[in-house]
Amino acid sequence: MEPVKLVYPVEGGDLIEAGEASSKMKMTLKKLGLPPDVIRRASICMYEGEINMVIHADGGRAEVDVGMDEIVIRMIDQGPGIPDVGKAMEEGFSTAGDMARDLGFGAGMGLPNMKRYSDDMSIETKVGTGTTVTIRIKI
Amino acid sequence: MNLSEVRETLKAEVLYGEDKLDREVTSACGSDFMSDVLAYVKNQALLLTGLVNPQVVRTADMMDMKCVVFVRGKHPDGNVLALARERDMVVMSTPMRMYDACGRLYSRGLRGEE
Repeated sequence: MEPVKLVYPVEGGDLIEAGEASSKMKMTLKKLGLPPDVIRRASICMYEGEINMVIHADGGRAEVDVGMDEIVIRMIDQGPGIPDVGKAMEEGFSTAGDMARDLGFGAGMGLPNMKRYSDDMSIETKVGTGTTVTIRIKI
Repeated sequence: MNLSEVRETLKAEVLYGEDKLDREVTSACGSDFMSDVLAYVKNQALLLTGLVNPQVVRTADMMDMKCVVFVRGKHPDGNVLALARERDMVVMSTPMRMYDACGRLYSRGLRGEE
């Protein structure tokens, strides 16, 4: 399979509609014929990342590279950045507001879930500048 | 258990997917926290929830689930049903509360973690 690069804008502001980019990616990965568990793990990671992006950073974009051996998903935003990454990685820690909670998120599980389902996750973040979360999933 | 038995057990109304009730489900989960569903669910095909918004359907879709059951007689709006239709997902509504709905399915053999 030739490497495939996919780019999805993530609209900010509308948490009710968040998740469209992840849905589109999932459909494309299915068309590419990847194994179902790989598709599921990639979709969950991107979905949690997308929700985070809408809650905290007013959107951004997702870049997805599908190669021979792995899928690399980069969630890139120009949001407020994460002041304490260690804290943000703790299950149960959240700075999300009531809107997120009303929709079933904001329980401090987003980043931990992304780590749980990926083979590798790294976070580059600078307060006031933005955050890039990179997730690798082996095929 | 197939979805027709789920409907009967929960005295549920089918809001979408009347023609898909022969689908088999082997496990289920009940939660109002979508991140918990995303964290702990493995190969579960049925989601029971009291939350009514499009993210319920999106979450179930990410997990490859086949059916969402809204408890406490809740009905989603047309947008949620349209999303479920697009994703080929059966939607039901039961008058039962979460605890009772989960208990009845469990006692008829539909379990959580495999």
